[in-house]
Amino acid sequence: MKANYVIIGAGISGCSIAYNLAKKGVKDIVVLDKSYLTSGSTGRCGAGIRQQWGTKMNCLLAKGSIEFFEKAKDTLEYEGDIEFKQEGYLIISTTFEEDEQFEKNVELQQSLGIPARKISKEEAKEIVPHLNTQIIKGATFCPTDGHLNPFRMTDAYYRAAKRLGVKFYFNEEVKDIMVHENKIEKVISSNLEIYTNHVVNAAGGYAKEIGDMAGVDIPVYAENHQILVTEPIEKIQSPMVMSFSKNIYCQQVPHGSFIMGRSDPSVAHNHCIESSWQFLDEMAKTVCEVLPLVGKLRVVRQWGGSYTMSPDRQPIIGDTEALEGFYLACGFSGHGFMFAPMTGLLLSEIMLKEPSTIDISDLHISRFKNKQVFTYEKSVV
Amino acid sequence: MNKRDIIICRCEDVTLQDIHNLMDKGYTSFEELKRLLRIGMGPCQGNTCGQLVQREISKYLKVKLEAVKIQKVRPLTTGVKLNSINEGARDES
Repeated sequence: MKANYVIIGAGISGCSIAYNLAKKGVKDIVVLDKSYLTSGSTGRCGAGIRQQWGTKMNCLLAKGSIEFFEKAKDTLEYEGDIEFKQEGYLIISTTFEEDEQFEKNVELQQSLGIPARKISKEEAKEIVPHLNTQIIKGATFCPTDGHLNPFRMTDAYYRAAKRLGVKFYFNEEVKDIMVHENKIEKVISSNLEIYTNHVVNAAGGYAKEIGDMAGVDIPVYAENHQILVTEPIEKIQSPMVMSFSKNIYCQQVPHGSFIMGRSDPSVAHNHCIESSWQFLDEMAKTVCEVLPLVGKLRVVRQWGGSYTMSPDRQPIIGDTEALEGFYLACGFSGHGFMFAPMTGLLLSEIMLKEPSTIDISDLHISRFKNKQVFTYEKSVV
Repeated sequence: MNKRDIIICRCEDVTLQDIHNLMDKGYTSFEELKRLLRIGMGPCQGNTCGQLVQREISKYLKVKLEAVKIQKVRPLTTGVKLNSINEGARDES
């Protein structure tokens, strides 16, 4: 078969790119996924959306995306509930250095029009009464951050893209990308051979392997990040509570359960997405210290998923110098879900050579070749 | 009996009709149904609905029961309080 564009990966990035291209009138778009819709990192993420970042690019991607999420149900004509809730992210600082860094972050965020602000311990306690303020110096709060259901949001993009004629093939693992004289010729998957000159790599944790198939070296790797979820209870917590120094994010989702995660600095760089008892122990210790009341809840399930880390913890979005017609949307470093509307919009503009809504030349893969010192995103759990 | 009155997932209150509505839209794997309906995500972790849904998918797709995958089994085996895990972890170290 033939296709104009082949998108690899039916996570939220791939679905958003497909939707944006189709909306601009592109025909013959095929999306391939090795498993089912949202089976990779999207469906395993913490369901949070935030604009409180430490780099300008991440702030702008997040802000534009939240503006889309606010209208997404209508824009995508989705009949289900995407469980969008804007009740903020409360990010606590526990050291003097961290508090100073937050001062700079908020200054940057406000300069870009993000309504984040520095708040005192007492104000933080008012927003989350069960917060252990003994361990905190201060906090930042952005009321328009919040929660969004990753499955439903991706499904909304998927259904909208399908209505516009995009073809999705699931359980189709890409095996090879054939290139001739610096031009893509075809994509070979489990059961299909698709002749195409344009491929989008939105393969999440497997972006590096897809790059290798096309002969493009992408400096990303996957690492396992684990999450657990509790039994549901009546609503007691509005915002996501997050701490980089304590290594925790924890929110009560609209369903009533608490979702929480933390990272393991010694985690191996591979495709493992298993659960471990070590995570359970460390997570329990951390949450019982930061949000003691939550300790009364029972854990019902835990799981893992891949963060695809880039050298500067910012995504790689754009074309490639190495191979004509090969486009990248990868290396989101754990935040591809919340950036997806902008990912789809901006990459589709680049692919169709349209003027860019915002300048994202800083997100091009060439930044890792051309510069020695990167703007490094520190606000990552 | 009306499909709306048949509860398949007791934890999340999902009916046979809900399952059939989504199967009619093309979501015919347990994992997809789980993510859209929350079947298997409650306290019993699919111990009740798992086999019921498997049978429904098998009938719907007209394939053998054993060809239909059920949900991925994840820890914990039973609900445990975070406080208990915290205390246990501290006692060990």
